[in-house]
Amino acid sequence: MAILMEQVFPVESGAYATAGEASTTIKRKLKQLGIDATVLRRVSVASYEVELNLVIHSMGGTLTLQVDPEKVTLISKDVGPGIPDIDKAMTEGYSTANEEARTLGFGAGMGLPNMKRNATDFDIQSQVGVGTTIMMSFALKG
Amino acid sequence: MTIQELIEITGATDLTPNTDKSAVISCGYTCDLLSWVMAHGQAGMAWITVQTHMNVIAVASLMEMAAVIVPEGIEMEEASLEKAKEEGITVLASDKTAYELCALMAAQGLPGSPREA
Repeated sequence: MAILMEQVFPVESGAYATAGEASTTIKRKLKQLGIDATVLRRVSVASYEVELNLVIHSMGGTLTLQVDPEKVTLISKDVGPGIPDIDKAMTEGYSTANEEARTLGFGAGMGLPNMKRNATDFDIQSQVGVGTTIMMSFALKG
Repeated sequence: MTIQELIEITGATDLTPNTDKSAVISCGYTCDLLSWVMAHGQAGMAWITVQTHMNVIAVASLMEMAAVIVPEGIEMEEASLEKAKEEGITVLASDKTAYELCALMAAQGLPGSPREA
């Protein structure tokens, strides 16, 4: 499928002050493309969650936005530390967020479940010591 | 209920005088866990939270909320207010507790957020 738009956003580990900027830009761009409001909301929730996960848990990574005529795709790729138990990480309420993140109101253990709930397709691959890749797509038509 | 009416009902202080106060509020909500809010927030929501950092504005903006209300005389961070002005999100401050604010809004018929089935 021909890609209409692709943009890569670097996300820094621990950068709480600027967290959400990539998601805000993604939302703005999709709005300009005239993406349906329901899809826009789903992408916004998932992109914010995955961006925050990069800030809170990763050693840095990138968030990539791709748009083609049928779907919006978000790819999060980080350089570690990797998730030892993905099933556990996917459990609502389970979180390994540190004290700083919790003080800011993160670490409810809702991030990954929120992404899965909002995406049409959700895939997570992780290897300890290597990194985590999350791929989510959002269908543009019913 | 518009944001202007919300200000009158609650007696809250408007910290973002240049935002649109005629916007209609869809529902009220209070929660301090941002991920929870991302899961249950609604467009047009008036959200009460004790959190004051920039991510509050990011969440409110991504969810297209109408207003953020900071209760109990808590001060909003200046950087957050700047961001709110950029994003067109109204921020209100009140000496009342979240509970009192909810009671005032509910008494005027403003519903809670609809729960997804």
